[in-house]
Amino acid sequence: MKKGLNEQIVTEISEKKNEPGWMTDFRLQALAIFQKMAMPIWGADLSQLDPYDILYYLKPFEKTEHSWDDVPTNIKNTFEKLGIPQAEQKFLAGVGAQFESELIYKSLQKKWADCGVLFTDMSTGLRDYPELFKKYFATLIPAHDNKFAALNSAVWSGGSFVYVPAGVHIDMPLQAYFRINSMSMGQFERTLIIAEPGSSVHYVEGCSAPAYTKNSLHSAVVELFALRDAHIRYTTIQNWSNNVYNLVTKRAIAYKNAKVEWVDGNFGSKVTMKYPAIILKEPGAKGHIISVAVAGAGQHQDAGGKVIHLAPDTTSNVLAKSISKAGGRSSYRGLLKVIKGAHGAVSRVNCDALLLDDISRTDTYPTVDVQEQQSDIGHEASVSKISDEQVFYLMSRGLSQSAARAMIVNGFIDAFVKELPMEYAVEINRLIAMEMEGSIG
Amino acid sequence: MLSIFNLWVSINDQAILKGVNLTIGDGQVHAIMGPNGSGKSTLAYTLMGHPHYRVMQGSAKRDDQDLLELSPDKRAQLGLFLAFQNPYAIPGVTVFEFLKCAHQAVTGQVTDVKIFRELLADALVSVGLASAYAERAVNDGFSGGERKRLEMVQMLVLKPKLIILDEIDSGLDVDGLKMVGLSIARLKKENPMLGVICITHYQRILEYLVPDQVHIMRDGVIAYTGDAGLVAQVEKSGYAGLV
Repeated sequence: MKKGLNEQIVTEISEKKNEPGWMTDFRLQALAIFQKMAMPIWGADLSQLDPYDILYYLKPFEKTEHSWDDVPTNIKNTFEKLGIPQAEQKFLAGVGAQFESELIYKSLQKKWADCGVLFTDMSTGLRDYPELFKKYFATLIPAHDNKFAALNSAVWSGGSFVYVPAGVHIDMPLQAYFRINSMSMGQFERTLIIAEPGSSVHYVEGCSAPAYTKNSLHSAVVELFALRDAHIRYTTIQNWSNNVYNLVTKRAIAYKNAKVEWVDGNFGSKVTMKYPAIILKEPGAKGHIISVAVAGAGQHQDAGGKVIHLAPDTTSNVLAKSISKAGGRSSYRGLLKVIKGAHGAVSRVNCDALLLDDISRTDTYPTVDVQEQQSDIGHEASVSKISDEQVFYLMSRGLSQSAARAMIVNGFIDAFVKELPMEYAVEINRLIAMEMEGSIG
Repeated sequence: MLSIFNLWVSINDQAILKGVNLTIGDGQVHAIMGPNGSGKSTLAYTLMGHPHYRVMQGSAKRDDQDLLELSPDKRAQLGLFLAFQNPYAIPGVTVFEFLKCAHQAVTGQVTDVKIFRELLADALVSVGLASAYAERAVNDGFSGGERKRLEMVQMLVLKPKLIILDEIDSGLDVDGLKMVGLSIARLKKENPMLGVICITHYQRILEYLVPDQVHIMRDGVIAYTGDAGLVAQVEKSGYAGLV
């Protein structure tokens, strides 16, 4: 398989997957849109990214081609320090090992299947549930939404398809983690979650360990549909290796009294552009976005959230935390929109930035567009630094300098970490401690 | 034993301490009084190792160990404890998490979570804070008095060997002062070798913490030293007649 992108490659991807004609057409149309659209220039610097110099599809047998020996030592060390089991390490490094949790997944899968829950990879979803799939697929994020949504639409591979029937509550998080050898954490994965009325689901993807990839572009699309009274929580922890452009489009729609929560942690990557969005479509819908971005040397985290209030009595809450260190840059870019007639809409947006030194940078680019007077909107932003006094205070109680700084940083993102499943929370605390060790010198 | 010899310290290239000599024997309580700007707090911060204070010359030794070459955490591990005049808030970090970590760092031992929780609850209640304060963020949203009480909690949990109280009495009422006295007494009962330096402007704290020696600082030096009787004299006539 060669690098590059053209109709032949896109057709080949579709053929390899034995897709129906409509999907092949969809992909080709998306490719045409991608080719026509200009690179976005309003956000992070993408001038060094050449999307035509990327490998767009790996045949399954090619996935295991690079070996554990090729994985950089610092990434291996990080796995060790985070306490990631060997089997998972190999997968996370993209070496494609078998994964022992498959068994656990199988037994859970049966339990879910008994309730009518579908949790499978996207290609299987398309093959086995064509009508359901087609009813929702790309309706929230059409190919022409933005250049990278178009790219994903043309070349997508992998990702999860989740369907939760009416009234079904899935009591434990669905983890993409558990079934990694059936899907592989792709470069261009696409996830579609449909929660029928009165159902609830928590979907978790990613891992705090660095996801090593030789490919330098990750461009995913995630669409969530929370029907009446449904509740979807979508948690992402990503730590891409620092050569990766991470350009992701995530959007959710919440119908009457439904609730959607995006919990989004962005570590690593070279450039991240990601703004999880929630459309509060019907009265009583609620949206909650809580995110953390950590930008280190040579990294730009351009992240944020978008909430669009289209109906009365809708509420939203955005909490965005960012940490910049060693010359890294983090930006909050947000949209809050309340249309005329969405009376009683309530929204709170808080962005807090922490700078760990004088050479790092943080900015906020909030857009607030409120057309309804009978609404209650609050927007607050803060920038703080770790003070020498705080560090001295903690050191005077016996903590080393790096432990003191890690404690302050962990405190800063505590509101985020609290939202994570336990094992992720522990990993994040360790990750921060490691980052602090590296940032002193 | 703490021996301070000819200690000169500057901040922003301005000399604040200009040759302090002071010896604190094991088991002794020393009060340091003196007008504002005389260098009392500078001495406290220097002993603990605040990075903004630069030692120009002199020494400060804990037994035979030179304190001045150690980072603050190493000094804490040797048993030094500074109760801050203005304790800092650490948002998002609970008192429990913080002190569990500090306790481990100072003792070098991992204490069972349940046992530590009880230990902390006991310390909190003994200074008049509800045990639920263990789950609050360190000093975040605390009143002045609560912050001072939490300093005493930290002291009780970490069990230091040499304590520096930097104006612990500011922001405390009579009950608070009594609490400080009882907390020190409790540690002293466990460890008769405990040394205490109490920096203060006021006589009243010294009713609950009777000093073996009282020092008056002025212009960066110990200008006068006396016994506990000196406190009453200062209260009555000020520093004028002494230094």
